[in-house]
Amino acid sequence: MFSFIVSRILQAIPVLLIVGLISFALFAYVGDPVTIILGQDYTEQQRLALVHQLGLDQPFIVQYGRYLWTALHGDFGISYRLAQPVAGLIRERLPATLELAGTASILAFVVGVPMGVYTGIYRDSWLSRLFMIVSLIGVSLPTFLLGILLILVFAVMLGWLPSFGRGPVVHLGAWWTTGFTTWAGIRCLILPAITLAMFQLTLIMRLVRAEMLEVLRTDYIKFARARGLTSRTINFGHALKNTLVPVITIIGLQFGGLVAFSLVTETVFQWPGMGLLLVQSVAVADIPVMSAYLLLIALLFVVINLIVDLLYYAVDPRLRIGRR
Amino acid sequence: MNGAPMSGAQMSRAARRGRLYRAWDSDLIYSFRRSPLAVISAVIALVLIVAAVFAPWLAPHNPMDLASLSLLDSFKPPIGMPDADWSNVLGTDNQGRDVLSAIMYGMRISLLVGFSSVLFAIVIGVGIGLLAGYAGGATDAVLMRIADVQLTFPAILTALLVDGVISAALPKTMHDVLQIDVMVFAIGISLWPGFARTVRGSTLVERNKDYVMAARVIGVPSWRIMLSHVMPNVIGPVLVIGTLGLGLAILAEATLSFLGVGLPPTQPSLGTLIRFGNDFLFSGEWWVTIFPGIALVLMVLAINLLGDWLRDALNPRLR
Repeated sequence: MFSFIVSRILQAIPVLLIVGLISFALFAYVGDPVTIILGQDYTEQQRLALVHQLGLDQPFIVQYGRYLWTALHGDFGISYRLAQPVAGLIRERLPATLELAGTASILAFVVGVPMGVYTGIYRDSWLSRLFMIVSLIGVSLPTFLLGILLILVFAVMLGWLPSFGRGPVVHLGAWWTTGFTTWAGIRCLILPAITLAMFQLTLIMRLVRAEMLEVLRTDYIKFARARGLTSRTINFGHALKNTLVPVITIIGLQFGGLVAFSLVTETVFQWPGMGLLLVQSVAVADIPVMSAYLLLIALLFVVINLIVDLLYYAVDPRLRIGRR
Repeated sequence: MNGAPMSGAQMSRAARRGRLYRAWDSDLIYSFRRSPLAVISAVIALVLIVAAVFAPWLAPHNPMDLASLSLLDSFKPPIGMPDADWSNVLGTDNQGRDVLSAIMYGMRISLLVGFSSVLFAIVIGVGIGLLAGYAGGATDAVLMRIADVQLTFPAILTALLVDGVISAALPKTMHDVLQIDVMVFAIGISLWPGFARTVRGSTLVERNKDYVMAARVIGVPSWRIMLSHVMPNVIGPVLVIGTLGLGLAILAEATLSFLGVGLPPTQPSLGTLIRFGNDFLFSGEWWVTIFPGIALVLMVLAINLLGDWLRDALNPRLR
């Protein structure tokens, strides 16, 4: 078990180094930091001094190493657009994004799995048909349109929920802010979370349904029925458990989708998270923010993949025996 | 298609009935005729494409012609609401632009970007896939590893970053002129791995067949074996991925334009229209954003359903 984790972490290192190289190349070669810092008027002496100070006269590999070293220490340079350290900007917005993405994922899982189980067991009931129609809409509606529709219905026409921002936030600890503690904060979270959860929800539902249909046909389910177990034990204890491995895989793989759609969702609802920061930065070509975002996302991918691998162990005993 | 050899009489009869009849009678068209969903999707896609391509002749107004716009006409509601009139069936926006005409011109740009970026992705993806599959060894390992890493990144994120980097590298004056090309490049780059993986897979199979060996023995250069011998045999599945990719590309373009990093307001695509309309949602002019949205969903849905059908129809196992 331990050696497995170590080997996975070792495998992740080259990937991170390559992404780091790309993000460093962006940082170093797109746009000229010297002219950006010095502006229009400068003497040759000033330029040379700054080049030396920034370490731009060093060989490439030294610069790359230095970039990685400072990045490891949480220093990603200074945003061109806001003239603030990138690390601070990201730290400020990370809680907002994590709260939104976490809520959306939990929502998708908590709603999607039961819907999938239900449509798998009662294939032809009218409620199953309704669920399937909802999921078809969820698959084909682009995220930003879903957000606009929700705003139109619940914020503009009905006036029930706020349509933008994060509401009041409460500081927890040194830098974490949360919107969970106030009712106004939770109200702000509802529409964005539904928007972000929709595509994952439909995916999970369809997957669980397909897997349930598959599993319910197998012999051990027939045998369990013959033993006279209650259908609840069969459906949840035997069938659902065996559908979870592919579901976890897909959720892990879809993490990238969650990141991408959080960009869109945050833009629609003006949610002050990292996605909105990236979109605003891309619009004005703010390279330090873009390269820091790239590095951070790559790191998150690696961590998520590791968690997915560990969850396999927790869910599927066959893997545990096979590895021993 | 059907394996049994035709008798001489059958063959001459088929020849007499002509090419069109044989196409109509083929397996592919037969399965198309049998699938109502595919027929409906094809009709919708065709109507939208015709409306987009012939927009300058079909659209009731010219939204690009600023001289014809009048602020007096602004925010006219669509038919079915009070104060609507038939000259602006879907209403007008804040500048008095006809929404229906704007949608038709917008779809033109969406389709143009969609088709071009898929074509670009096919050229790159098929090229790399052929190379990786045919050359094998280290070339294969490196190219496919790059494709794997890129596949874990969502296409929209890749396109967004590529678009941002190119915009940063280009001088400001070139921006608006080249924006469509930049978009095509960014979206095309984000889509190539799918094509490359499929083509590589089939190339690995084709590479060991006798005709490739024969060509190699008589000294045909490698690039020529790849392009004129292997490629025709591996291009089939590319058609299916290309159709599904078209839906993805149109959606990616709309999303990027909605995020405000896509096409400039001078060349509004469907995504740009939705973004502008979004500002008027709160004052009650919902039609400015909802109708372009419906057009986008219809277009993408029709293309995706056609792609699904094509995939099933070309898959012999499902027949």
